[in-house]
Amino acid sequence: MADLSVNICGVAFQNPIIPASGVFGYGKEYAAFYPLSELGGIATKGTTGTPRTGNLAPRIAETPAGMLNSVGLQNPGIDAFIEKELPRLLREDTVILANIAGSTPEECAEVAAKLEQTAVHMIELNISCPNVKQGGAAFGTSCAMAEQVTAAVRKATTKPLVVKLSPNVTSITDIAKAVEAAGADAVSLINTLLGMRIDIRTKRPVLHNNVGGLSGPAIFPVAVRMVWQVANAVKIPVIGMGGVTTGENAIELMMAGASAVQVGMACFTDPYAPVRIIREMEDFLDKNHIPAVRDIIGTVQPW
Amino acid sequence: MTNYTQGAYPILEKQAIAQDTYSFTLYCPAVAEHAKPGQFVHILPKGFGLRRPISIAGIDPEQGTLRLVFAVRGKGTDVLAGLNKGDFMDMIAPLGHGFTLYPEASHAVLVGGGIGVPPMLPLAAYYGAKATAISGFRSFAQVILQADLESCGARTICCTEDGTAGAVKGFVTAPLEELLTEGADIVYACGPEPMLKAVAQVCRRMGAACEVSLEERMACGIGACLGCATRIRKADGEQFLHVCKDGPVFKAEEVIW
Repeated sequence: MADLSVNICGVAFQNPIIPASGVFGYGKEYAAFYPLSELGGIATKGTTGTPRTGNLAPRIAETPAGMLNSVGLQNPGIDAFIEKELPRLLREDTVILANIAGSTPEECAEVAAKLEQTAVHMIELNISCPNVKQGGAAFGTSCAMAEQVTAAVRKATTKPLVVKLSPNVTSITDIAKAVEAAGADAVSLINTLLGMRIDIRTKRPVLHNNVGGLSGPAIFPVAVRMVWQVANAVKIPVIGMGGVTTGENAIELMMAGASAVQVGMACFTDPYAPVRIIREMEDFLDKNHIPAVRDIIGTVQPW
Repeated sequence: MTNYTQGAYPILEKQAIAQDTYSFTLYCPAVAEHAKPGQFVHILPKGFGLRRPISIAGIDPEQGTLRLVFAVRGKGTDVLAGLNKGDFMDMIAPLGHGFTLYPEASHAVLVGGGIGVPPMLPLAAYYGAKATAISGFRSFAQVILQADLESCGARTICCTEDGTAGAVKGFVTAPLEELLTEGADIVYACGPEPMLKAVAQVCRRMGAACEVSLEERMACGIGACLGCATRIRKADGEQFLHVCKDGPVFKAEEVIW
């Protein structure tokens, strides 16, 4: 049996698989299927300083090998998260990455400061949500803004800080370097790619928000490329995600340079996807006589 | 209440019941034991990434079966319609919050529009002769489940927009209004949004309690992804609730159309 454990910023994960923020809520709906302790970690739903209602429906559309969403950070706010959701999550034997967002650097810092007094293991700062008008991707698409918001949150927290990057940029390596310089302990990527579909009978975009984030197997090659580029550009660990559906996908993303892997849309296709992927990774490692999953991180041999 | 499970269940029976409309009976004892009228199932068409929410058209805990009736709307439902007896359906079920049942009710009115008729069938089974089912269709080719509703003991009123079938030419609202003058304890409705809105208005005007089953594009089906938001008016203000978990059934007066 291969050793699946990984260590990111001093936090020990029993395996590298983490349901991605936004697909998994605060975990309780999926706890009906399997113990959450089987997961390496859980990235919780993006949570802001005050409650948000999100965008009007439709918020979801299936696309070839993927989907668009425009939920728009609907969440109950950080106080409700800390009071009602976090204590239950922290009783699970798994790493909790609290995904946070805000309209301003100050809001992000305030949310991080509130988490400082909790036992949450890591903070994942979302500077890449494509579905909100303020903050969100606006922070993640300019080096100066990415640096500013990361620095503000860095000052507010001593917890390991992961910054989640947007792929909707000219150079993701420049953004990664900027957040590394501003004090990020790790980066996670990729968030969704901005997309759009139109119902040609009604001439209306299928999403009420007109545009939304594309995820799913369709974006996996983009994720592999960006993880590889970023892993070669920064010294901090990279958490990879984007269309991972199988254990072999997860192995591939780790070979590209990811130290752990988040799973998004695959949870909708198969609620058991994260635990299945863990099993499939183990099978691959055993069959190939690789004793530990960490041995494969960044081992791609480019031409 | 989280008693849903995911599994692959064998198809015992398949029937084409109208143009592009199919009835499937699945063997799924664990689901049939818990399922309630108004709940739905979330089915994965092979080769697709997202599941399709389909309302439950029949629950038989003794036989361990569930009946599903759906129309082909796109490529996903087309794949599902291509399945046959002996094939399996990958399903998460039962999901959502069903209709409120009133054991004391003396008259329940079930209003279904098109492919909104199937979820009325478990209600007809529950209320039997105390139910009147008003069903609306575009034309004769879409008419479904009238004999099934009658075999539950329900009185049926079938309406078609073009008058090619049924006793009523036009929408469901005219017979509903007439029926409500005689009184009804509860009106249940499922169908296209304009129909639901019109039914809700008639019920409000006539002072009848009404529950509607809503539809929205969804991803997880269990309340995690927050995709299927709908605006609901509660005592403490407007909220974005979710069709999959808080619904699909809502009190008509709480829905913001």
